[in-house]
Amino acid sequence: MIDRRLILNIDWVLLGLAVAVCLLGILNIYSATTPYKVVGMAYYTKQCYWMLAGITISLVICSLDYHVLENFSYWLYGFLVLLLLAVLVIGKRSMGATRWLHLGFFNIQPSELMKLVIIVTFARFFNNFQSVGGLTVKEVLLPLTLLFLPAALIMKQPDLGTAALVIFIALSMILYVGLRWSTILTFIGVTIPMAFISWSYLLRPYQKNRVLDFLDPERSKLGSGYHIIQSKIAVGSGGFWGKGFIKGTQSQLRFLPEQHTDFAFSVFAEEWGFVGCLFLIILYISLVLWGLNIARRCNDRFGGLLAVGVTAMLFWHIVINMGMVTGLFPVVGVPLPFFSYGGTSMITSMVGIGLLQNISMRRFMF
Amino acid sequence: MKERRFVRELVESKHRILMLSFVVGFVFLLLLIRLWHLQILNADDYQAMSENNRLRFVPVAASRGTIMDRTGAILVSNRPSFSLAVIPQEAKDREAILTLLSGLLGLDRADMAERWEKNEGRAKYYPIVLASNITRDQVEIIEENHFRLPGIEVEMKPVREYTSHQLAAHLLGYIGEISEKEMVLPGFDEYNPGDYIGKNGIERALEKELHGNDGGRQLEVDARGRVLRTVSESFPTVGNSVVLTIDGAIQKQAEKAFGEQAGAAVAMDVRTGEILAFVSNPGFDPSLFSGKLPADIWKGYLEDKRHPLENKALSGQYPPGSTYKMITALAGLQDNTINESSTVNCTGSYDLGSSTFKCWNKKGHGSTNLRKSLRESCDVFYYQLGEKLGVDKLAAAARSFRLGAPLGVELLNERSGLIPTAEWKLKRFGKRWYHGETLPVSIGQGAVLLTPIQLASMISTVANEGTIYRPHLVKKIVDADGKTIKETAPEILGITSFSKESYRAVKQGLFAVVNEPGGTGAAARQYDVKVAGKTGTSQVVKLHDSKMGTPYQYRDHALFVAFAPFDDPEIAVAVIVEHGEHGGTSAAPIAGRIIRAYLDGKKAPRKNMGGISSDDDDDENSDDEKESPTMKKNAVDGAAIHD
Repeated sequence: MIDRRLILNIDWVLLGLAVAVCLLGILNIYSATTPYKVVGMAYYTKQCYWMLAGITISLVICSLDYHVLENFSYWLYGFLVLLLLAVLVIGKRSMGATRWLHLGFFNIQPSELMKLVIIVTFARFFNNFQSVGGLTVKEVLLPLTLLFLPAALIMKQPDLGTAALVIFIALSMILYVGLRWSTILTFIGVTIPMAFISWSYLLRPYQKNRVLDFLDPERSKLGSGYHIIQSKIAVGSGGFWGKGFIKGTQSQLRFLPEQHTDFAFSVFAEEWGFVGCLFLIILYISLVLWGLNIARRCNDRFGGLLAVGVTAMLFWHIVINMGMVTGLFPVVGVPLPFFSYGGTSMITSMVGIGLLQNISMRRFMF
Repeated sequence: MKERRFVRELVESKHRILMLSFVVGFVFLLLLIRLWHLQILNADDYQAMSENNRLRFVPVAASRGTIMDRTGAILVSNRPSFSLAVIPQEAKDREAILTLLSGLLGLDRADMAERWEKNEGRAKYYPIVLASNITRDQVEIIEENHFRLPGIEVEMKPVREYTSHQLAAHLLGYIGEISEKEMVLPGFDEYNPGDYIGKNGIERALEKELHGNDGGRQLEVDARGRVLRTVSESFPTVGNSVVLTIDGAIQKQAEKAFGEQAGAAVAMDVRTGEILAFVSNPGFDPSLFSGKLPADIWKGYLEDKRHPLENKALSGQYPPGSTYKMITALAGLQDNTINESSTVNCTGSYDLGSSTFKCWNKKGHGSTNLRKSLRESCDVFYYQLGEKLGVDKLAAAARSFRLGAPLGVELLNERSGLIPTAEWKLKRFGKRWYHGETLPVSIGQGAVLLTPIQLASMISTVANEGTIYRPHLVKKIVDADGKTIKETAPEILGITSFSKESYRAVKQGLFAVVNEPGGTGAAARQYDVKVAGKTGTSQVVKLHDSKMGTPYQYRDHALFVAFAPFDDPEIAVAVIVEHGEHGGTSAAPIAGRIIRAYLDGKKAPRKNMGGISSDDDDDENSDDEKESPTMKKNAVDGAAIHD
C-alpha cells in the first residue's frame, strides 16, 4: 500500500514545474486555435483534460515502487518490439506513415511507448553491468543492438523524429554510464560512413527533402521550407516584448503550420516575445536540471539510470522542438513536452514525471 | 572489493551528472542565443516581413471529370462560369463595398453579407465567394470598377453542362455548393466553402473521382493588395471521367416510352449486372440545381403529384405484385410441394378459415398448372402454394435472391426493400404471424416491398438461372489522358439455391406470359426475338371496385419484368408505372420498347458521336416506323390483356 511517508515526500518542485508549463501551454493553445473552425470540444478544454489525466497517471505510477520495473524490463522490451512489428504488418495508414495500432477500444502508438521502454531496458542492462573506467567498444555492442532493433522498426514506419529520440535517449544513458575515449573515437569512425550510406539508401524522399529544406529553406517556399520560414518570421517578429496575447499576426492569420501542436512554441514566441521565451526556457532548464538532481540524489544505480533516461527524454524533446521552430533543425514533428496540444505527448511526458517522482520520493528508503 | 568498486561507481556517476548538467545548460544557452538572434538582433527585419506577409492564395478549381455512357457519348461535361469573390484582408470597408456591389450588379445585398459573415473565421487572405454564376455583363462591370472595389475578384470556375438535358437526371445527379453539414463529413476536410460537389446520383457517389485536385497560386501582395510576385503555383488536376454502363440510346427510348407517366425502369445485362438503362420518370433539369433554382420551378417540382425529384429506381419501394409469383413458384418446386404438372382448381376465390381470398379473375381459371398459373397470373394457385409453404420458406427463397437488402449499386441511399417473416412481424409489431397473412405475400402483396433495382436483379437472376450479379452503373474510370484507371469487373453476389430444372419450369411459364394466347404480357412481344416476362399489379389501397372513378393517387401500380432473348438471355428489364393500373397494358409496352432499343442497338452498333442527340423530331419518326411491327402484333391480343 501507499506509505504515508511517501505522500509527505512528494516532490513539489518537480510537479510544480510540469504543471506550470502545462498551464502556459493551455493558454497558448487557446490563442493558437482561435482562428480554427472547431467542431465539438475546444482544443484548450481537451488539453485541460489531458493534463488532469496525465497528473492522475503520474500519481498512480508514484504509488508503485519503481524497482518492480527492473523485473519486467526485458519482458516489456520484447512485447514492445512485437507491437512495433505488428504495426508494420497490420497498423493503420495515416498521413503517409503507419504508426497506430487499433485495439478496438483504443488506439496506441507503440513507437511512443518505446521511448519509455528503452529507458527501462537500458537502466536494467547497465544496473547489472560493472565496468571500470568507462565502457569498451565490446561492452557497448550489446546495448547498441538492443537499441538498433526498435529504432530500425520505428524508422521503417517511417517516423524519423521518434526514431531519433529513442536513439538520443539511449545514447544519453550510455554517456552517463561512461565511455572510454577509444570507444568514442571508434564510434565516430563508424558513424560517418553509416550516415553516408543511410543518406544514399535508407532515407525516404520526404525525409531527404526536409533535410535539404533545412539546409536551404528557399528551396521550396510552399513545402516544408515554407513552414520554417513562416515559423522564423513568427518568432523573430515577436521581438523583445511580443505582440500580445491573441495578437500574433502569423498565428491568427494562419501562416503557421500545425500551430497548436508542433509549432505551438512559435505562436508563443510571437505573442510573448523574448521575455516570454526566456521565462519558458527557465522553466524547462529548471525541470531538466531538477531531473538530473533527482538522479544525483538517488542512491541506487537503477534509479539513477532511470532518472537520467527520463530527463534525457524530456530534454531532447525540448531541444529538438525549439531547434526546429527556430530554424536550427529540420522539421521532424516532435512536440514540446507539456506545451504542445496532444494527448499522446502529454501522457508520455507525465509518465516520465511519475517515474521521476517515484525515484525522488524513495530516495531515503533505499 | 566489490563494495569499493560499487562506491567508486556511484561517486563517478554523481560526477558525471554534474557534467551532464553543464551540457544541458550549454545547449539551452545556445537556444537562447538563437532566440536573441531572431527576436532582438533581427527583430526589425522579421517584423517587416510579418507585416508584409500578405501571401494570398488564389484557388484554381479543377475541371470536373466528364460522365459518359458506355459508348463514350458524353452525358455531362463543363462550361466556364464566373463567380464573385472577396479577399477579406483587402476589403476593409465591408458595408461600402456591399452597397456598391448590389448597386452596380443588382445582386441581393443581404445574401452576399450573409456569405461574407459566415466565412469570417477563415484566413483573411482566402477568397470568399459572394455570388456564384454571375453573367458576363456583370463580370465586365466588375472589371470596369475594379479600382473602387478593393479585394473584389472574379473567379472563373468550370460549371456542369448536361449535354442531353434531362436524360437520366436522377442517375447523373447534380452538383452544388458544399453545405456546412457536408463540410464536416469524413473525407471532406480538404474542401472549402464555395466549392462545388456532387449532391446526388453519380455526381455525388463518385465525387472523389470526378472532382480532381484543385490548384492555386500563392501570391505575395503589398499593403495595397497589388501583386508583387507569384510565390508558387500548383496547377489543378482534371478530375477523372466516369464511363457508365448505361446505353444512352436505350436510356432515351426508355424515358420516351414513359411519356408523362410516373414510374421507374431498370434494364440490366443478365450476364454481367451492368445496368443499361436507369429511369425515374418524370425527370428534372439537373443544370438548374447548380445555380439558384428559380422559385416557381422549385415549387412546380414540389407540387407535382408524380414527385419528379424522387429517384424512384433507387429508393422507390413497391409491392412487387404478381411478378413475385416466380419466387413463390421456385420455393414450391424446390420444396417438392408442387411439380410442373401439379394442378389446382381455381374457382375465382379461395377460403381460408373465415376469410375469402379472391383471384383477380372472378370467374376462376379452372384447372391450373404452373405454366397456366404464370401465364394467366392465377392468384388461387399461389394462395394454396403459399399456404403450404408458410411465410418463412417464402422469405428464405427471396433471401436466396438477395432480396430484402441493398444490392450494392454505386449510388448512395439504395433502399433495402422488405421481405416479411414471422420474426420480423414479432419484432416490428409485437404480434405473431397469422397463417392468413402468408397468402397475400405469396402473390407479392401485403408487406413485401422491392425496389426497381431489386426487381431487375430478380428477373435477371431467373433469366440466367441462379447467378446474382451486383447491379452496377460504372463501367470504368478514365483519367484525363483517356487511360483506364479502374474497370468494374462483374461481381457475383451469390448463387441461388434452386435447381436448373425449377428455373426452366418457371421460365416456360414466363415465356407463355408473353407468347401464348391468354398471356398477360403480350404487349412486350418482339417480331424477331423471343421475350419472356411477368406482369404485376401492386395495390395502393385495398378494395376499390369502380376503377373508372379511382383518383390518380389511389390507382394501382403497374409492373412488368422481362428478359430476352428467351433461349440465351442478354437483357433483363423491370418496369413500374406508378398508378398505371395494369402491368400488361401500361408497363409491358415500355419494357417492350426498352428491349427493342437494345436489339436495334445490337443490330447497328452506334459509334461515338460525341453526345446523345436530343433533337427529337427526326428521331421520333424513325422510332415510330421501327416500332410499328411490334405494335401491330400486340394489338391482336391487346384487348384480352388483363392481370
